[in-house]
Amino acid sequence: MDWGSIFIDGILATIGPVTAAYAISAIGLNLQFGYAGLLNFGHVAFMLVGAYGMAITVDFGGPLWLGIIIGILVAMLLGFLLGLPTLRLRADYLAITTIAAAEAIRLVVRSSWAEPLTNGVFGIQGFADSFFSLNPFPPAELYGIGSLVVTGRKLWVMIVGWTIAALFVFVVHRLMKSPWGRVIKAIREDEDATTSLGKNVFAYKLQALMIGGAIGGVAGMILAIDQQNVTPDAYLPQITFILYVIVILGGAGTILGPIVGAVVFQFLFFTIDALMVNAQADIGWVGDLLTPAAAGQVKLVLVGLGMMVLMVFRPQGILGSREEALIDER
Amino acid sequence: MSDSHPMADVAPEPGVRKPDPVLVANNLQRSFGGLQAVDIDHLEVQRHTVTSLIGPNGAGKTTLFNLLTGFDTPDFGEWHLNGGPLVGIAAFQVARRGMVRTFQLTRSLARLTVMDNMLVAAKDNKGEGLWGALTGGWHATEQANEDRATELLERFGLEHMANEFAGGLSGGQRKLLEMARALMMNPEVVMLDEPMAGVNPALTQSLLTHITGLRDAGKTVVFVEHDMDVVQEISDWVVVMAEGRVIAEGPPEAIAKNRAVIDAYLGEHHGEAAT
Ligand SMILES: Nc1ncnc2c1ncn2[C@@H]1O[C@H](COP(=O)(O)OP(=O)(O)O)[C@@H](O)[C@H]1O
Ligand SMILES: [Mg+2]
Repeated sequence: MDWGSIFIDGILATIGPVTAAYAISAIGLNLQFGYAGLLNFGHVAFMLVGAYGMAITVDFGGPLWLGIIIGILVAMLLGFLLGLPTLRLRADYLAITTIAAAEAIRLVVRSSWAEPLTNGVFGIQGFADSFFSLNPFPPAELYGIGSLVVTGRKLWVMIVGWTIAALFVFVVHRLMKSPWGRVIKAIREDEDATTSLGKNVFAYKLQALMIGGAIGGVAGMILAIDQQNVTPDAYLPQITFILYVIVILGGAGTILGPIVGAVVFQFLFFTIDALMVNAQADIGWVGDLLTPAAAGQVKLVLVGLGMMVLMVFRPQGILGSREEALIDER
Repeated sequence: MSDSHPMADVAPEPGVRKPDPVLVANNLQRSFGGLQAVDIDHLEVQRHTVTSLIGPNGAGKTTLFNLLTGFDTPDFGEWHLNGGPLVGIAAFQVARRGMVRTFQLTRSLARLTVMDNMLVAAKDNKGEGLWGALTGGWHATEQANEDRATELLERFGLEHMANEFAGGLSGGQRKLLEMARALMMNPEVVMLDEPMAGVNPALTQSLLTHITGLRDAGKTVVFVEHDMDVVQEISDWVVVMAEGRVIAEGPPEAIAKNRAVIDAYLGEHHGEAAT
């Protein structure tokens, strides 16, 4: 087995644009779930509408910048529509609504009657040319050290993606250190108590849902731009599940948790992936046992096991505070 | 109370008019299924008094608090704060208009520090808006609020806990914190739902001092309490509820002698004690 290449594959995937997009999306989910306590189980839908809002705009002849603005607005609108009927009710209404809406949106987008707009299951391609025309690096050139190299094209998406991730970390940090953030945390602790102190809890929850949704929308756009492709089946419910894993792994309600969670998760996930591919090639009986389809399942099982171990030994996540986790909610 | 007190001439009977009511309720009704939890014809709360609300368990005291503060909606009825109608006003708006309540089961914001519990209650901080939060310019307000919070925490003996998580406080300390936090809003009317429940006797006396202190500072206090000795000690006026209705009201001395009250409420305890 080639340990060096396994390690390098893991690192390359970890620093790549997909991890940046997951980290950004997790920043949005962390604002909603980690800070405001909102059970948004359809976060992938925000990524979908962001990506499609952008892709459709460009597909219809609009400039990319307009597509990005529209993508953000559509994601915020989705947050508004999901929150308006549910956020005055018990927390589980939002959970049920978001999980159902996310699947419904994906199915509508891939349906044949949405084809004039979304191109159905085939999706939309090639909408990010103007993004790549801004790329200062020769796209085919290789950058890096030794065998740890990426193309100029990848490097461009990576730099933009991680810069945006850093920007959102800064914005969320600023928000959560402000009195606004204090009200958001108070709502997570006890909505009635916060109401009794004269705060419009509904409005704050709606704001958190919409801002977190907009951040998720941006994450969807980065994924789409990286692949120059949006297809409905890239937005399956398990993406939301993975985002929860990332947020909890990194430490829900911490500023850098989503970044740390995304990096650690992606590194483990892709190292295991590379490990299994290698094992399949090198060890006969492993190759027979682990068909590519089975390998995918085994990876998810390992993720689940990892989460269980984490919950037992470090329920507050990597960056969460133990003291905070030990406070029982009375 | 001295005889010159404005309440001296008020007759001790249910629904009686008072000279200067801050809070007035008319025909307030709330039922749960077949159970009539609150059914009040007329009730006034005199400004600048400590008004105790007593009555056996299930009498409808908490439900009345919920209705008056907008946490629950009546089937029927209307009520005013300072002459302004409160029907259909959201709970957070009622609080902003100056009527603040606490809860029978204490609700501290556990994973916020004691200081943050206080600061979150402060009014009119522009950093609580999204725009203000992002652009800044709220630090001066915050500093002023912190100073006021520190003063209040000192008064309630919690200043040494300011940077602890509220979840780490004892039950009694949380009651104190909840009261101090309500005062952060500078309320005109303070509604305390069983503030002494679960508080150890050593703290009770200081809580009582705080309550009368509020009245002396020009606020109106409505509070729910079970202990008749406590009620006798600090109330200017007592309202007695049973099965959703106001069955008696009057100054504490009159209430202690009231036949209907003894039957409906005190009778239970006194009877038990006698046997
Ligand atoms: N949300 C509710 N649903 C059904 N019944 C309720 C509800 N809240 C209160 N009740 C009932 O209304 C009556 C009055 O309750 P409550 O106001 O809590 O009394 P108190 O505070 O005087 O002890 C009780 O019989 C109680 O069981
Ligand atoms: Mg009660």
